[in-house]
Amino acid sequence: MARKVPEVNAGSMADIAFMLLIFFLVTTTMDVDTGISRKLPPMQEEELENKPPPIKEKNLFEVIANVNDQLLVEGNLMSVNDLRDATKEFLNNNGDGTCDYCTGRRDPHSSDNPYKAIITVQNDRGTSYNLYIAVQNELVAAINELRDELAMRMYGMPMAELNEVDAKKIQKMFPQKISEAEPVNLSGN
Amino acid sequence: MSKFRKEGSKETPAISTSSLPDIVFMLLFFFMTTTTMREQDLVVKVIQPKATEVKKLEKKSLVSNIYVGQPLRSYQSKFGTEGAIQLNDFFASVSDIKDFIFAERESRKEEEIPMLTTNIKADVDVKMGIITDIKQELRKVQALKINYATVEVEELDYQD
Repeated sequence: MARKVPEVNAGSMADIAFMLLIFFLVTTTMDVDTGISRKLPPMQEEELENKPPPIKEKNLFEVIANVNDQLLVEGNLMSVNDLRDATKEFLNNNGDGTCDYCTGRRDPHSSDNPYKAIITVQNDRGTSYNLYIAVQNELVAAINELRDELAMRMYGMPMAELNEVDAKKIQKMFPQKISEAEPVNLSGN
Repeated sequence: MSKFRKEGSKETPAISTSSLPDIVFMLLFFFMTTTTMREQDLVVKVIQPKATEVKKLEKKSLVSNIYVGQPLRSYQSKFGTEGAIQLNDFFASVSDIKDFIFAERESRKEEEIPMLTTNIKADVDVKMGIITDIKQELRKVQALKINYATVEVEELDYQD
């Protein structure tokens, strides 16, 4: 005499699942960490024996931020909005004519070629972090724009659509050389 | 008249909801797998600066976070209003960063150590002085891969 087992009512299953769903919906954070990546230079304990060869003044692009969040770029006061174009002009200058893909003005007083061109950033201890990030962002943006323009000319598509080998090649043609000078403390903060 | 039309029974039949639990369960599993609970309570105020040229940080397990910002109001009487450093879940000084990095390395596999990234999550209002101190400290312990946490925006307009 097998008695029929009554079926369990699964009608409230949905309600239970909904409750759990809402809990996970509320607690979920789907933020991905984003940011500007940098590599710090290793600490130099002792003085180098053979000093690296000096860099010509014209191959240096000096960006100095002071305590009042003002920018001094190559000796001139500049707003952050103009930094990108100034950086592009400096990197793209092609002073000695060895860079056949550069479209710069070939100004003899600016950088020789993208390999020799070095950007140096110096800031005060009182400079705001906001400005610092803005400067870093503009410098990276300038390099990225140059790379994009070059990729468009060479391959007819932006960097993002290139395959890895070509993208590496372009990256090498406009290397990202940003050096950071030891900070000064003029403000006494 | 068509012969297919049935007489009477004009009401629409009820939609079967028997597959509703399945759908809901699917959603549930999706959120369960993608969810990451916030591990740390912040004791400093961090509003990240905006930037356009950002990259995503891969591998969350290889990132150690350093928070920098003004202490929250309830801590201000004790820790002041200047930029402060938070490691793990409480305030720390610049000299604690060394131990923090060593502890982070300890908890990882040996082959993963060179890939460790230090993510500096700093508030827009902090001064560069404290950031510089942190960077110097990181250089001392050879933790050279860093990342400045920023929020991605399409267009930036600076007003000075």
